[in-house]
Amino acid sequence: MFEFTSKEKLFSMVLMAVGIIALVIGFTSAPSSVEDIAHHADGHAYVGDMQFTEGLGGGDGHAEHMLHQMQNRPWAALFHNAFFFLAIGLGALFFLAIQYVANVGWSVVLNRIMEAMGLWLVFPAIVIILVMIAGGMHMHHLWHWMEPGIMDKGSDNYDAIIAGKQAYLNFGFFVFRSLVYVAGWVWAIKLIRKNSLLEDNAADLSIYKKQIRIGAIFTVFFAVTSSMAAWDWIMSIDTHWFSTLFGWYTFAGIFVSALASMALITVYLKSKGYLEEVNENHLHDLGKFTFAFSIFWTYLWFSQYMLIWYSNIPEEVTYYMQRFDEYKAATITAIVLNFLVPFLLILPRESKRNMGLVAMAAIIVLVGHWIDSFVMIMPGTVGPHFGLGWAEVGGFFFFLGFAIYVIFTNLSKAPLIQKNHPVLQESKYFHQ
Amino acid sequence: MHYESPVREPLILGDKSYHDITVDVAKPIETTAPKSWWIAISISLVMFLWGVGCILYTIGVGIGTWGLNKTVGWAWDITNFVWWVGIGHAGTLISAVLLLFRQKWRMSINRSAEAMTIFAVIQAALFPGIHMGRIWLAYFVFPIPNTFGSLWVNFNSPLLWDVFAISTYFSVSVVFWYVGLIPDFAMLRDRAVKPVVKHIYSILSFGWGGKAKHWQRFEEVSLILAGLATPLVLSVHTIVSMDFATSVIPGWHTTIFPPYFVAGAIFSGFAMVQTLLIIMRKMFKMEDYITIQHIEMMNIIIMITGSIVGIAYITELFIAWYSGVEYEQYAFLNRATGPYWWAYWSMMTCNVFSPQFMWFKKLRTNLVFTFIISIVVNIGMWFERFVIIVTSLHRDYLPSSWSMFSPTFVDIGIFIGTIGFFFVLFLLYARSFPVIAQAELKTILKSSGENYKKLREKGHGHH
Repeated sequence: MFEFTSKEKLFSMVLMAVGIIALVIGFTSAPSSVEDIAHHADGHAYVGDMQFTEGLGGGDGHAEHMLHQMQNRPWAALFHNAFFFLAIGLGALFFLAIQYVANVGWSVVLNRIMEAMGLWLVFPAIVIILVMIAGGMHMHHLWHWMEPGIMDKGSDNYDAIIAGKQAYLNFGFFVFRSLVYVAGWVWAIKLIRKNSLLEDNAADLSIYKKQIRIGAIFTVFFAVTSSMAAWDWIMSIDTHWFSTLFGWYTFAGIFVSALASMALITVYLKSKGYLEEVNENHLHDLGKFTFAFSIFWTYLWFSQYMLIWYSNIPEEVTYYMQRFDEYKAATITAIVLNFLVPFLLILPRESKRNMGLVAMAAIIVLVGHWIDSFVMIMPGTVGPHFGLGWAEVGGFFFFLGFAIYVIFTNLSKAPLIQKNHPVLQESKYFHQ
Repeated sequence: MHYESPVREPLILGDKSYHDITVDVAKPIETTAPKSWWIAISISLVMFLWGVGCILYTIGVGIGTWGLNKTVGWAWDITNFVWWVGIGHAGTLISAVLLLFRQKWRMSINRSAEAMTIFAVIQAALFPGIHMGRIWLAYFVFPIPNTFGSLWVNFNSPLLWDVFAISTYFSVSVVFWYVGLIPDFAMLRDRAVKPVVKHIYSILSFGWGGKAKHWQRFEEVSLILAGLATPLVLSVHTIVSMDFATSVIPGWHTTIFPPYFVAGAIFSGFAMVQTLLIIMRKMFKMEDYITIQHIEMMNIIIMITGSIVGIAYITELFIAWYSGVEYEQYAFLNRATGPYWWAYWSMMTCNVFSPQFMWFKKLRTNLVFTFIISIVVNIGMWFERFVIIVTSLHRDYLPSSWSMFSPTFVDIGIFIGTIGFFFVLFLLYARSFPVIAQAELKTILKSSGENYKKLREKGHGHH
């Protein structure tokens, strides 16, 4: 049994506390009115570049738009971190489901880690839904289409293109959809976990077969909802913009973040003397998956970018113009960390069998995907007013501490390795 | 030794020894062909010759013999090209990607799937060649220094990337296939009675001696080639998709194309493997090696990739509406309800609905049903390319130049000819090559053979 030591508990709680304080500072220091902006030293001289801001007329609208972006910052930071940490749980759940559906042998000794990670997803999901509701109450402006009047003909800020999306982008349907996604995901992980614990005392294959069925149902559900969630939560931030690949691209980021986290947790547990059955062969496979899906993410990043760049159609290309202008450093850093580093670091067989190197690659990939989701969310919400301030760092610390607390608590509640999984022996005797 | 859980089904049926495997694999080569083989090759040859005639007619008279017009300048030629390249994906997926995923069941099917890949890519390569009109200048597609002035390939064009992607894919596939064949050719050499046959297989097997060092090098090369071939599985159809997606034509320019084309290619490739293997296992009595479980696994892959393709179709439809772009919206409305609605709904039925039957174990383990679905998927994937290509072109931005496409007998003849050519190659292969990678298969006999599994169970019983 894994023991969540008081030292580790304290560490996670300190992270949470520091995170909350920083978040509060982030929220309270956001400007509350246009006049307020002048007092903000960090409102670093507004870039007088209007080409990316959407359809605003005179000077007043201009200042107000800037105010909205600055007010968005703590909300965007909260949302961004919630999404990033949700990815870790959701990706792990998907991986776990696939292990059952495909009758995988090697990974059985890691299943409990995936369960613990999957069970975490409900917490960031709740935060995301709360942020959504706050948006509906106009406490922030993360989703541009939620602006009052934007879909009403005759209103000052009427936008015909956005109005055309009303059947899909309206607050009620939006929140309802998200609730369905989250309910389905939570249902799946709760059930898989319950069966997994029951199986420890079971004598036949009936539970295993049940798990395969749940895994298959979840996989289908996830295939649809992962894309839809990506459109809803992230793509609709840049409301005019659209890309058919966006759902799969977001999935690739979710999945690789989960794989890297899984490798990291495994290495940590090993270093504490747990998981005796896990050896460099299992680590090798985790490394291979992290490597392969880093390449897969890069493939999708390139496909989406290259096709939009090549065709150079105005309604699409503005998305990348902003990302290669104001967000250039972040965009390029994400590619280097998510592609080049894992490619060079864990391509050799020996480095995938080395705990230190796998952990290092995992941390780099996680930082890379934190930056990548930053670049997905920030340009449409805070525009040029982005930064690494109280809210961004606070949000990260808060969720990191929260995730460690929940995942480690889950790990401590059950034996680290399943007892009666029918292919458990394959995993124990696994070598390559 | 490799440990296998008792819940795993055997991959080799019957009471087989290593020698039995050798005999069974060598049998189609060492015995005379069954009657069904002669019938099949005769039909294929006639189709092939008809195709050769149509190709010669095209070269002699010109592209005007096809049904193309000013608006629809690309139709069956490129449809057939993409269809064949797509089919060519399953071989490498099975031999490389499934190798990396340690899927032992691939060992009974990889040889034939790779052969199919190579033969399919040959068919595909024909189409751009003859579409050029002056086939004697086909070498112009390569960046070769020439004396014709400033003529030079256009590196900005995805069509040129296609040349590189497909020629690389073809070369690596051939090498991969051949490396795997070497120990099997040696087996045939050692069994051959006639000196001429022995000599031929001796040359083909590169002096293979079966020494430990040979095996060690063999395995190392296989793994490296698998690593090289894996990105190629993705790159080839990715670049084929870019032939369309880099344009600004509604229905062509969409970012999901690269991975969606790859999924579609694997889908159609497995359907073709299924078609071929169901015939072959019967014709050559390979039922103990290509078992119902193998067929079932392939059906599951067909179901998954078919569903991925289905999600992509629906994503395209949804985003076309969501985009608010009039042309995008019209392109998809026209596909589903315009004059080519029948092609669109054939595609939807064949590719998205029909694989869903495979959710039922009864159906996915039924040979006749599987065979029918494999043909349905092949048809559906042809329609997919036709829908993408022709419906996007036939009503362009200028309503005054809208038109329809109808194929001439030459279009149809060339397509039929490639099917004939493909089957001629495959049937010849089936009589002269070891159709199952027997050397590789022998490595799993003790862990996955039915007799050894039973023996182990009995052993456990005594404890």
